[in-house]
Amino acid sequence: MLEYVSGIITFSLIYVIATVGLAVFTGFTGLFSLGHAAFFAIGAYTAGILTYFYDVNFWAALAAGVAVSSLVGVLIGYPTLRAKLRSDYFAIATLGFGEAVRVLLENLDITQGARGLPGIASETTLPIVIVFTVLVLWVARNFVHSRYGRAAIAVREDFVAAEMMGINLFQVRMRSLVFSAGCAGLAGGLFAHYVSFIQPGMFTAALSTQLTASVVAGGMGSITGPTVAAVLFVAVPEALRMASMWRLVAYGFLLVAIMVFRPQGLFGFREISWQSCVRCFRKKPAAAGGGAGQ
Amino acid sequence: MFIQTLVTGLAIGGIYALMAVGYSLVFSILNFSNFAYGSIIMLGAYIGYYVLMHMGVPLALSVLISIVGAALLCFANERLAYSTLRKRNASSLYFMISAMGTSIFLENLVYATIGSRFYAFPEVLTQQNVSFGGVSLGLLDVFAIVFSAVAIYGLHYFLQNSKTGIAIRAASYDMQVCQLNGVNVNKVIGWVFLLAGALAGISGMFLGMKYMVYPTMGWITNKAYIAAVIGGLGSLPGAVVGGLILGVLETFVSAYVSSVVRDVFSFSLLVILLLVLPTGLFGKFLEEKV
Repeated sequence: MLEYVSGIITFSLIYVIATVGLAVFTGFTGLFSLGHAAFFAIGAYTAGILTYFYDVNFWAALAAGVAVSSLVGVLIGYPTLRAKLRSDYFAIATLGFGEAVRVLLENLDITQGARGLPGIASETTLPIVIVFTVLVLWVARNFVHSRYGRAAIAVREDFVAAEMMGINLFQVRMRSLVFSAGCAGLAGGLFAHYVSFIQPGMFTAALSTQLTASVVAGGMGSITGPTVAAVLFVAVPEALRMASMWRLVAYGFLLVAIMVFRPQGLFGFREISWQSCVRCFRKKPAAAGGGAGQ
Repeated sequence: MFIQTLVTGLAIGGIYALMAVGYSLVFSILNFSNFAYGSIIMLGAYIGYYVLMHMGVPLALSVLISIVGAALLCFANERLAYSTLRKRNASSLYFMISAMGTSIFLENLVYATIGSRFYAFPEVLTQQNVSFGGVSLGLLDVFAIVFSAVAIYGLHYFLQNSKTGIAIRAASYDMQVCQLNGVNVNKVIGWVFLLAGALAGISGMFLGMKYMVYPTMGWITNKAYIAAVIGGLGSLPGAVVGGLILGVLETFVSAYVSSVVRDVFSFSLLVILLLVLPTGLFGKFLEEKV
């Protein structure tokens, strides 16, 4: 039982790492990515192949996974962001990119196609994932509160005005994209060494949607909101396993309902912190749920 | 061989064009990617299959029922998932996520209720071949080409000549001015979704007959997005030309290179095209408007 619970926590935190990365990109620049599963897959496959075929050290493989997916982020971001594509075009471009990567993984020799890589060394443990999650959250928080983060928020709110104030749109968006690609790569590497089996079918558009949905449901422009949403999106379906088909139905319904009734996301711009918990507690003593009550 | 590949490509391209037109129609009015369109196509195919196989309705009538059903579904989709966003003037990002949610909802609803089984239409149409001038072609493909052409021409005629069609075209240029001139935009948008749904019904039937009917068959609309991008998002003639070009190119790639490369080719084509020619062949806007 304990193992089962710690397994769920590990999975949730791996998704949190990828989601926080995407929150910095989508939530703070307003561009919508439908291909982040590709970065996740690239991280997973790079790290997996290195430890599986070349006996590379786990940490080095993880770092290589992050490096390669960040690099791919630069490669895909340079032309698309430079061209200042409309957000629809950008979303479709990332959708195409995600599908192209998946189809490539299915047909390359080194990835063993659709059979996948079985028996990758199981190196990821809960403490490692916790450390990485805290690290990523900390970096994301610092990024958001830095000059770069404020520039990104300005771009999201009104990019014409931001550009007139001398903010380089391309640079701001690129920086966020590379950070999010790196986070997704890290999550992928941890994932590969946790489940010790990866195949292209795990990294479909459904995963990209789940990541984006967590960001949107958690609140665009918040770091803690998407974190909570990511945990919920992994943990709640796990708890409702017997209703496995219906949970995805509910999940789709939830997305539409959030857009229709609460477009700012569950938490909006707000961050969950000690102060907000206390404030919420004082205002409404009945809402014993704490920060989540708002 | 060359002519044969070309004709087969045109048959697939016709279905792509049909889907791309439906998708572009919505895009031209509301300026967002309707990711729910694939699920509407899938449901259209299910409706057609059900009435044909379980209620003993003749094929022509079941196509019609599928068209009506898909149109109503598409309309309901707009009223439930998009109309509130529209009234709030939400950015296209919110529309896209709502569309995504609708698509996940519908797809998994089918999984949960009907199941993941693949259903095949009876092989009456698919088995027959027609040959002329040394080119052999499935009867179904002939129907697909003819039907797509008729449907697209019908839509074109409707948009050019009817009062609603003119209102739709006006709204696609400028929604606000259109409203100021006394057009009921709510009604016009309802019409757009009904028309898009009707096209979804036809393409769903053809896809179901050509391949099979299953919950994730809506995935093929990714090709429709590519076709729409080739022609320029929001442009209807562009969607037709883009669909035909994509169908022919894909068939040539799978015939002369390998069928494995086909999908990689299509998606790479999409990414490259967005970089080199983001407006497509007939598109109008490039950068985000203020």
